[in-house]
Amino acid sequence: MMLTISNVTKLFNPGTPDEKVALFNINLRLKPGDFVTVIGSNGAGKSTLMNVISGVLQPDTGEVFIEGRPIHHLPEYKRSKWIGRVFQDPMAGTAPNMTIEENLAMALARGKRRGLRFGVNRSKRAMFREQLERLGIGLEDRLKAKVGLLSGGERQALSLLMATFTQPKILLLDEHTAALDPARAELITRLTEEIIRDLKLTTLMVTHNMEQAIRLGNRLIMMDKGRIILDIDEGRKKDLTVEELLAEFERISGHKLADDRVVLG
Amino acid sequence: MINALPGAIELGLLYSLMALGVYITFRILNFPDLTVDGSFTTGAGIAAVMIINGYPAWISSVAAFGGGLAAGLCTGLLHTKGKINGLLSGILMMIALYSINMRIMGKPNTSLRGTETLFTDVSPLVVMPFLVLGVKVLLDLFLHSDLGLALRATGDNPLMIQSFGANTDNTKILGVSLSNGLVALSGALIAQQSGFADISMGIGMIVIGLASVIIGEAIFGSRTVIQATFAVILGSIIYRIVVALALRVGWFEASDLKVITAVIVIIALVVPTFQRYWRQKQAARRRAEELGNRIQ
Ligand SMILES: Nc1ncnc2c1ncn2[C@@H]1O[C@H](COP(=O)(O)OP(=O)(O)OP(=O)(O)O)[C@@H](O)[C@H]1O
Ligand SMILES: [Mg+2]
Repeated sequence: MMLTISNVTKLFNPGTPDEKVALFNINLRLKPGDFVTVIGSNGAGKSTLMNVISGVLQPDTGEVFIEGRPIHHLPEYKRSKWIGRVFQDPMAGTAPNMTIEENLAMALARGKRRGLRFGVNRSKRAMFREQLERLGIGLEDRLKAKVGLLSGGERQALSLLMATFTQPKILLLDEHTAALDPARAELITRLTEEIIRDLKLTTLMVTHNMEQAIRLGNRLIMMDKGRIILDIDEGRKKDLTVEELLAEFERISGHKLADDRVVLG
Repeated sequence: MINALPGAIELGLLYSLMALGVYITFRILNFPDLTVDGSFTTGAGIAAVMIINGYPAWISSVAAFGGGLAAGLCTGLLHTKGKINGLLSGILMMIALYSINMRIMGKPNTSLRGTETLFTDVSPLVVMPFLVLGVKVLLDLFLHSDLGLALRATGDNPLMIQSFGANTDNTKILGVSLSNGLVALSGALIAQQSGFADISMGIGMIVIGLASVIIGEAIFGSRTVIQATFAVILGSIIYRIVVALALRVGWFEASDLKVITAVIVIIALVVPTFQRYWRQKQAARRRAEELGNRIQ
């Protein structure tokens, strides 16, 4: 197994009137190359699940393994050796006052000891240019531009490249197209698909776009109230329609899928 | 006027290392570190006492740099591991350093008269340009290394650099240490140039450092690191020229220096805010008139 989550529970404000069970006894196993889309209502615990895997949050009980190695006790900066992430906020994944090539250099140093060698040198720059060309949005000609000058879509494309080009064992995408306009969201989705396919990355992708959740990846899980309530494999996913998916959600959870950002397709 | 210029340039160069230190914390790490007022004196005290006890001036200066590193390390640890607010960590260290500096020097004022300092045989105006330039180039190189990039990202987007595996506690501690090392080195040089170390010589240093950074960046820009470090050094020199001019206005006294400095910093901070506000208002008014015309 590439990723194993066993019996993970996470509470917020335990023992207070505000107590919130964000994750309850979650079990999930991802094989190498699995590309799993995650859907669920607001507050279902999708982001919390991502944060428990990446180490932003520690689970209260339960364990997380990457390739059989327990990682739930490690701080975020140590786990990041194996985990690439793209956030919903295009501002979150890059350093705005540093240049494109400097941002890429920091991503390239993921999981390595950071020493006194030049962050950017000629051979790295050539490699960055080549990688940026794959995005097809002209960033390869702007290596020395500050990232803060880029549009949201450009920044998100760069974030995606930074999260993936070092081939992490796990890629976590948390609604990474939700803050973009439809055209740019589509661009990022297309790039995401290509990169994951080319690098065979094991991926968890939270999305609010039902059509996307069905079309992308080889597995779909549905979360509600801190639980995984439905796990659909590739065979069943192929013929699923958005209507069937929503009906299935209602049948199991007993309520409609409530998501303020939901897009049906 | 003209005969005050060499003196102002000399002081500007000597203090520019302190200003570079302030640039590292305030601008790069985005961490308002007030340790500076204490660590400047620490550097002066260590250098003065060692020189008096017969150590070569350059070894004493290097030791002063080390003392500053240690002071910054303490502030960094208080802030990151002790989870104490950044401003408060610096203030605590600044106060603690007052006593420590007194212990180092043994008395409030230590004279270096008759000793062999870095500037005994050669004027600071000759040595300092090379020393400052050397420090600047090393700092520029460091800030473009893998470690330096992580340090800069720690001030720019800490969550991002954590997600790429840097321990931001460590990068903060490193930055604050390095900053105070430079500040202490500057103190050591000032003691050797002026011929004494005094327990109160660091008071207000942080504001002078800030003034230099702000003036320099405003005039010479800060688009890249290389440009910014250059601007900070020139800012330190211009600050000294401004001070020299102000003191020529017969009405001012030397003790008014601190209020002059504070006013410079206040002006530099307030003017851009007002400019922005003013520009927005103008743009809004123009736009409103446009809309009004269209409706009519
Ligand atoms: N830091 C926190 N402190 C307290 N409660 C929190 C915290 N983070 C999340 N929660 C709560 O935990 C629950 C799960 O939140 P989470 O962010 O994982 O939901 P989500 O599925 O990502 O929702 P969305 O679709 O809105 O992004 C929610 O009820 C949320 O209010
Ligand atoms: Mg969420």
